[in-house]
Amino acid sequence: MPIFTTAVEPGLPARVVTRVGRSAVTAARALADVRTWLPHLVPQMRRLGVDSVPIALFIATFTGIVLALLSKYIFTGAVPLYFVGALVGKTIMMELGPVLTGLALAGRVGANIAAEVGTMRVTEQVDALETLAYNPNSYLVVPRVLAGVLMFPVITALAILLGVVAGWITAVNLLDLSTLEFVKGLKLFYKFKDIWFGLIKAASFGAAVTLAGCLMGLRTSGGAEGVGRNTTRAVVLGCEAILVLDAFWALVLL
Amino acid sequence: MIRFTDVHKRFGPKVVLDGLTLDIPDGQTTVIIGFSGTGKSVALKHIVGLLAPDAGTVEVDGRVVHELSPDALGALRGEIGYVFQFAALFDSLSVGANIRLGLARRGLDEATIQARIAESLALVDLPGAEARFPAELSGGMRKRVGIARAIALRPRYILYDEPTTGLDPVTSAVIDGLMVRARQELGTTGVVVTHDMRSAYTVGDRIAMLYQGRIRQVGTIAEIQATDDPVVRNFIEGRPFDPDALPVEATA
Ligand SMILES: Nc1ncnc2c1ncn2[C@@H]1O[C@H](COP(=O)(O)OP(=O)(O)O)[C@@H](O)[C@H]1O
Ligand SMILES: [Mg+2]
Repeated sequence: MPIFTTAVEPGLPARVVTRVGRSAVTAARALADVRTWLPHLVPQMRRLGVDSVPIALFIATFTGIVLALLSKYIFTGAVPLYFVGALVGKTIMMELGPVLTGLALAGRVGANIAAEVGTMRVTEQVDALETLAYNPNSYLVVPRVLAGVLMFPVITALAILLGVVAGWITAVNLLDLSTLEFVKGLKLFYKFKDIWFGLIKAASFGAAVTLAGCLMGLRTSGGAEGVGRNTTRAVVLGCEAILVLDAFWALVLL
Repeated sequence: MIRFTDVHKRFGPKVVLDGLTLDIPDGQTTVIIGFSGTGKSVALKHIVGLLAPDAGTVEVDGRVVHELSPDALGALRGEIGYVFQFAALFDSLSVGANIRLGLARRGLDEATIQARIAESLALVDLPGAEARFPAELSGGMRKRVGIARAIALRPRYILYDEPTTGLDPVTSAVIDGLMVRARQELGTTGVVVTHDMRSAYTVGDRIAMLYQGRIRQVGTIAEIQATDDPVVRNFIEGRPFDPDALPVEATA
């Protein structure tokens, strides 16, 4: 019985390399089968958008309002009030827009995917796909992950826009700030990098959340209870991945 | 021909297959019987490479399943239809789309695909059901669609996982009839996993009993019915049964 063929246990680095290598091969194989995943991409993008836009905009609106009020409180006359525009703009574009949207979607999109794929797993639909000679990674994972990578930045961009607008309306109506002053502040430290930094982060969060949903879904076992358990795990994993990636991008890109 | 040779499979500490050896000849229906949870489904999944053995081999027409490249495995799966226990229909797709999926993968042209869908639904007595959704169907109808999805591909082999479990006797008889028809009209080799003895006698040419991870006895229906193995006898007669109460030599 050729079960224990390796005489020496490979070390941790070797195992990590093997693991990463295998995942890369799996991903490349899945991506190569364009004919299988392409028809599902647009429906998945549409579904993700419909699922996420309302909650993302809801969060963004309140974040914009709070940030405007908060910056007034922080500045307390020591800093010119038009800096409100700078603070609202920068924090929403670079941090709160992508991260809060990402966390909210980890709950919505990640849970949705994990429950759907998990149910397919426990009802043998994933096995059925394989017996029909489809690669489940191509059929299920690739369109969902690509939809996440493409749609998270779009949704985040909308959220950023609405957050800034909410901050502006708040500033004008509650902080005695004119539109001109708010815009002056907004432009003050603005760099083009701010916005793409936020959107790149959003794309990576999209990949993390959808991948967590798919992987936890595919790893589901044990009926309805298993689906529930792995759905929760997918949300937790998605959120953790977002926070780690957030720190990673701050280190690498700033 | 499908051939299991000394197949071992365990999940964690739980040994499921423990030296399974069985030949499944072409042109017949071989029924695998056994208690729930003995590994009948696990054995079937080895044939299409959904599971790989820890040791031993499963061969289909001389090809060792777990050694095939992904492309070769895809080709092998094209020759084998799999009817899942609870049908495993894609619930987001209509009946027609469920059947279409496998056909589209073969690169058939649209006219052929349409014809095959209609033909296979007619064969399972569900003509015109293309537009319905799995959620609207009864358990028996879902099973029939599952069978249609498998036979639409004109496979050389069809594997049926508990095709009649949980169905009423009349619906079970219908499903049995379909399995017989698939063999007679399409000439497919069948492997049927079941613990429904009536079904086993109706559709089977040979019966193999899986017990404690290996084949306890295999033979024609007449041979199985005349068995003097107490384990097999108790099982086919549906008698309550305590393996510890058997004479020692009988459990060996
Ligand atoms: N993927 C799996 N992971 C862990 N255990 C499994 C898996 N598939 C089957 N088993 C276990 O293997 C045993 C045999 O299962 P199965 O083949 O489904 O039995 P049956 O003969 O009723 O079809 C069961 O105890 C089951 O829990
Ligand atoms: Mg089973």
